[in-house]
Amino acid sequence: MKTKGALVIALLVALIPLPLLVHSDFWLHFAIMTLYFALLGQAWNLLGGYGGQRSFGHAAFFGTGAYAAAMLQLDFGISPWAGLVLAGLLGAAAGALVGALSFRYGLRGSYFALVTLAFAEVFRIVADSVPFTGAGVGLQIPLRQSAANFQFADKAGFYAVILALTVLATGLAWWIENSRFGAALVAVRENENAARALGIDIDRTKLGAILISGALSGLAGSFYVQYYLYIDPRIAYGVEVSVAALLVPLIGGTGTVLGPLVGALALRTLNEVSGGLTGGAPGLNLVLYGALLIVILAFLPDGLVSLVTRLRRRHA
Amino acid sequence: MLEVAGITKSFGGLIAVSEASLSVREGSITALIGPNGAGKTTLFGIIAGFIPADRGAIWFAGKPILGVPAHKLARIGLVRTFQIVQPFAGLTVRENIAVGCQLRERSRVKALAEAAEVARRVGMDALIDQPAAGLTIAGRKRLELARALATRPRLLLLDEVMAGLNPTEIAELVPLVRAIRESGVTLLLTEHVMQAVMGLAEQVYVLNNGRIIADGPPAAIVADARVIEAYLGHGAAARLKGAHA
Repeated sequence: MKTKGALVIALLVALIPLPLLVHSDFWLHFAIMTLYFALLGQAWNLLGGYGGQRSFGHAAFFGTGAYAAAMLQLDFGISPWAGLVLAGLLGAAAGALVGALSFRYGLRGSYFALVTLAFAEVFRIVADSVPFTGAGVGLQIPLRQSAANFQFADKAGFYAVILALTVLATGLAWWIENSRFGAALVAVRENENAARALGIDIDRTKLGAILISGALSGLAGSFYVQYYLYIDPRIAYGVEVSVAALLVPLIGGTGTVLGPLVGALALRTLNEVSGGLTGGAPGLNLVLYGALLIVILAFLPDGLVSLVTRLRRRHA
Repeated sequence: MLEVAGITKSFGGLIAVSEASLSVREGSITALIGPNGAGKTTLFGIIAGFIPADRGAIWFAGKPILGVPAHKLARIGLVRTFQIVQPFAGLTVRENIAVGCQLRERSRVKALAEAAEVARRVGMDALIDQPAAGLTIAGRKRLELARALATRPRLLLLDEVMAGLNPTEIAELVPLVRAIRESGVTLLLTEHVMQAVMGLAEQVYVLNNGRIIADGPPAAIVADARVIEAYLGHGAAARLKGAHA
């Protein structure tokens, strides 16, 4: 489904004054988490939705960004703002590593999914064993609240940052829909042989997509560290992040600009509601995620955004 | 424009193409015919950079191109279509063709506009916003052709564009192929239906069991005893002659 990308960006920009209207920390946290999931989901969507390279291990890029942000300020005293940029670059580098190896050997479909999952697991085990990542104890960022230190006393600051990052990711999705690179990427998803015959360098196209996707995941990782001031191998490279990254666009609608935003909103809402319903029993929200995914895949394989076109068709 | 010399390719113990040589003159329509399984598609795949050859050489516009990957060949103007059509099924006809346009056109908007122009040329303008997945086989063959044309090729390799079409559909496609040549594109096409190419091609090569067994103008080819035997079996030429006498 085609969405009007400009409209989606305008919608996000209209969300800028939200903290002026909403003073409740609960709702601001909800908005931040929704945007953060949308960022992660959009990162996955650029590679998996538009490019058809469905990764099961986006934690590999997310975690690399998260550790980069944490270690750069703890060990090297680099400003977390510079760390944010470097986390994006290192996320892209992790993407390039995974992409170069798997695309070179023509891994597609389930094989690509398995290899990315394996990479994330290897990264997790390494992070769990080496001293400079704090091993299993994890890394704690000392609390020094100031805007210059990317630690805001007020949630509105974090809100502004994550909104900006989500606008960036959404803008990239919009660009993909309207650019030559995007046309090549979609062609590769639809049929690699035909794409090659029409002059598309499929390896480079996929590599470009995984670079962008890795960079955005790295940015999400860096944001996570600043928001929670803590990272450990399970959070950084655990399967939860990988699942969240793919669940968001699958539920919202893959290969669309709006999909990850809708998916993130749906998942976060479900998360809040289920928290109340299940009394916070651990793991039960995952059961609900699974059930929702099955329902979506069975009845709305193109995600929630396809509801609009379906309803319109019914009324036409 | 295209020179193929001594191309050999085997898959395991099966020799698919053996010492095949042919040449395509600029501005011509050249046909490569042969019974099913003769090795036409393999030879095509080698010329277009999809399959590596074991031995031999290929020159396109004076440059050696054996080993050059397919996407680079497309950029210098050598583009193929597939016998088993390969549409971008999830995209519309316009979007399919636009992918071809984007080889030379950076702007997405211009590529989509140009795609409409190409669709009109191949007679698909009524279908332009249809999803490619919903096209008939004739429609898909046309789309295959349109997408390749959209890359503005110098040499177009058409792999059995007529196969699977009924006589009416073939009759509609023949003038289109002629028009493509008139627009300055050189054509090399494979076909196992002989009649389809006899009216089109100036030069015909016959491939059988991986070897080029005959070449010449269509009139000479249809009378060639080796060609008749390749299609109808050993001794067929002599029996046919006897029946005529």
